Amino acid sequence: MSGEAAGKHVNKYDAIVIGAGHNGLTNAAYLAKAGLRVAVLERNPYIGGATVSRELHPGWTYSNCSYVCSLLRPELARDLELPRHGLQVVPYGGGVTFKRDGNYYGNYYDHNRQYREMARHSKRDANAYERYTADVMKQTRLIRPFLLKRPPDPTSLKLRDLRDLAEFAAPFLAMGEEGLADTLRFWTKSVGDYLDEYFESDVIKAHMAGSGIIGTALGVYSPGTAYVLLHHYMGDVDGNVGSWGFARGGMGAVASALSKSLQAFGGEIICDADVRQIVVRGGRVTGVALANGDEYRADVVVSNLDPKRTFLDIMDRSDLPPELVTRARNFKIRGSSGKLNIALDGLPTFTGLDKQSPLMLGDMHFSDSLERLERAYDDWKAGTWSKDPYLDMLIPTQTDPTMAPPGKHMMTVFVQYAPPKIQGGDWTPEDKAGFEKSVIDQIAAHSPDFRDLILHCETRTPAEIEAEVGLTEGNIFQGELTFDQLLFNRPFPGYAQYRGPVGGMYLCGSATHPGGGVMAAPGANAAREILRDLHKPNTVPGGYADD
Amino acid sequence: MSQRSDDTMMLTTPFHSRVAAACELNCWGSWKDYTTPNAYTDVELEYFAIRNAVGVFDLTPMNKYRIGGTDAEAYLNRLVTRNVGKIAVGRVGYTVWCDDAGQVMDDGTIFHLGENDYRLCAYARATDWLHWSAMGFDVTIHDESADIAALAVQGPTSCSALMAMGLRGVEEIKPFGLAHFDFDGQPLMISRTGFTGDLGYELWIAPEHAEALWDRLFDAGRDYMIKPFGMEALEMARIEAGFLQAGVDFMPAEDVVRRGRSRSPFELGLGWLVDFDKPLFNGRRALLREQTEGSRYRFAYLDVDGNKPAHNSFILFNGKQVGTVTSAAWCPTAKSNLALGQLKMPHGGVGEELVAEIYYQRELQWTKVLAPCRVIESPPFNPPRRRATPPDAC
Repeated sequence: MSGEAAGKHVNKYDAIVIGAGHNGLTNAAYLAKAGLRVAVLERNPYIGGATVSRELHPGWTYSNCSYVCSLLRPELARDLELPRHGLQVVPYGGGVTFKRDGNYYGNYYDHNRQYREMARHSKRDANAYERYTADVMKQTRLIRPFLLKRPPDPTSLKLRDLRDLAEFAAPFLAMGEEGLADTLRFWTKSVGDYLDEYFESDVIKAHMAGSGIIGTALGVYSPGTAYVLLHHYMGDVDGNVGSWGFARGGMGAVASALSKSLQAFGGEIICDADVRQIVVRGGRVTGVALANGDEYRADVVVSNLDPKRTFLDIMDRSDLPPELVTRARNFKIRGSSGKLNIALDGLPTFTGLDKQSPLMLGDMHFSDSLERLERAYDDWKAGTWSKDPYLDMLIPTQTDPTMAPPGKHMMTVFVQYAPPKIQGGDWTPEDKAGFEKSVIDQIAAHSPDFRDLILHCETRTPAEIEAEVGLTEGNIFQGELTFDQLLFNRPFPGYAQYRGPVGGMYLCGSATHPGGGVMAAPGANAAREILRDLHKPNTVPGGYADD
Repeated sequence: MSQRSDDTMMLTTPFHSRVAAACELNCWGSWKDYTTPNAYTDVELEYFAIRNAVGVFDLTPMNKYRIGGTDAEAYLNRLVTRNVGKIAVGRVGYTVWCDDAGQVMDDGTIFHLGENDYRLCAYARATDWLHWSAMGFDVTIHDESADIAALAVQGPTSCSALMAMGLRGVEEIKPFGLAHFDFDGQPLMISRTGFTGDLGYELWIAPEHAEALWDRLFDAGRDYMIKPFGMEALEMARIEAGFLQAGVDFMPAEDVVRRGRSRSPFELGLGWLVDFDKPLFNGRRALLREQTEGSRYRFAYLDVDGNKPAHNSFILFNGKQVGTVTSAAWCPTAKSNLALGQLKMPHGGVGEELVAEIYYQRELQWTKVLAPCRVIESPPFNPPRRRATPPDAC
């Protein structure tokens, strides 16, 4: 460190990563592993971004934003020795959708019990589920091999792109004409239409449809939501594709383990470091400047922020091609969800369900038809929160003994829909209270003792998520997961291979391929490209094959 | 024995009423004389009860032998390879025992319960060998397998659950220690032992109090996410912990028909259990000779690339077969692909790079992969809580 100008600290690194979310930390870990001197600059006093756990009520740990784990690539977890650094992902069973008539539809881990439960609602659906599972698995097989690869650029004539493109196209071509048509339909159609092709029971369809809309400002009958469902199915816990788990101790354990891995490679993390400007000279980055005037110099600057924040907030327009500025401005990153994190004095009871039912171990929902889900979306379009919202609610403390005192519980409630603005205006405290009430009311309608068990509640509208985490509009995926913003179009055509518009500048966040969720793949893929540009040996592992 | 001599129906353990009620999958197997669950609800979730909270395993069918008499220590010292004199009262020792050719017959644990009072737990039925070896010793040997009910209580919240039962002082038991407790006026012995490589305890009680023990344990354990687990989850945990299973990772020497298929303690990586400084023991001369002349095989932990478990794989060096895998698993907590292998000397030194020839099937089609692997010193799963006394709450 050398003070060049009075009162100004100038620090020199090989690479600067902006944002200590899971992708920033992963990216930095792989750069540090390759021997680079790396610093991660984090605006908040704590790390994690949306992969964060905080104790806001004494004795209770929340997973404040992201709350479950499946997409985190096992190749990266193993390679970065995340278990040794304290990460344990514990799968959970169960899951239930409560019906308005007092009945429910449950989800069992065991295949045959699942059949019996489905058959309770529709024997035909229970049977169709086998076909449905196989069809969804066919789609996951297409995408999974490319999670730890950079997407090929179809417009490029470079040998590497052509080779990648051929590799990418091969499994599609192998599907045959009918399979290809199914695939194209799947990737573009709505989750509602897709489920209608298999099932007749309202509650079964509603239970499954949630995965198609989570984090997305679209309704169950909006085209493109079937892919979002796939995005929630393509992860795995220990090879069980589609299965989900908790990070023991909360999602912050992911960030914590990544940070320890990064530090073991000699990387640094600097908190309270608010980057105001990516400094560009002569078409190349030279470093970053902080809000407090400190400067960090590096030939490589990697942004883990979303494209709007990166290109519109912390870069100079004059350093950027006008086309890119327009694309950043038009990038679809619409806020659609909020979150309640609740400390509970005990385990709530739910009407119609045994007190210790294993179904309560998993995701719980109260929307029992596609119709209700679509109406919830109508409210978002009208510029307000859903009066009858879709909840993805879990009580992780039935599985994880570390997040609340024994016998006490923590509840995480993902809420959809909630718009970034209320009819064009900012969220007011009254709006926030109304949003919170719509959620509590829905839960309490099925759980008579729920209200009395609440000790503390953290309510996060898209406004809080944006302000605290820095995700524009509070969009949890750093940009919609629609086909126009996937693969070689993520975030924009021509910039999908992690390289920015100026030399030495890169993107590594969920706005790049393969997208959102706590996957760590974008960060790792970006590191591979950076090391390639620097002519350094690759440190990023390849993906495991399913076959 | 009140049983009719022609009654050969499989037995159930004293916990059976509770076990059967919890065994939602009705997935049963045989273990020695008994019918026991392979899985209760879901193998994956049962395994994670062990690694994330607390899992309970009915280990009543384990062969248990009570050794008494004035020569008990001298007899056991003659029987096993390690120095039993160093296992103090209130301590437990893991050991192996060999035949005269220095080949491992079985592995097990010796509980030093009191002066001239030991319990030997063994994988194989050992009555014949125990009596055979007793010639010239003033000892009593009693098969108490059916006289004691036992539960393994394993996992990070195991200690908290036992403390919640009111078992004060259980947190002070050190690894391989044991202590006696009062359970509603009945003696309950607890040892800090297990087959999962995690923090864990084993509870030993008279069969007539088994159900009460189960009920109290599960009541107290509810807030610690207690869950029963079956044989399949145990198998995942023990491979991840790198423990050998008799009959799987080695053949009990007495059962071996073909010459050369048995193994010595050195060949199983258990040389640390052999104490040449103590008095004569079975196999001593042969093991001394092996020490000077060299072993035929070496046991190795293999870290295998990729995510395909190296079940029954050949291990290759420069394309030539130099060994085989006896146990393999993808380890869900360690996130590693671990194999336990038997390699021909001189292969198997720590750091050696080898290749596992793995065969696996997807939708009836078999595929072969040649996965690079390397010999590692110890299994990657080894949490500090396994050794901490008192352990953390969760």
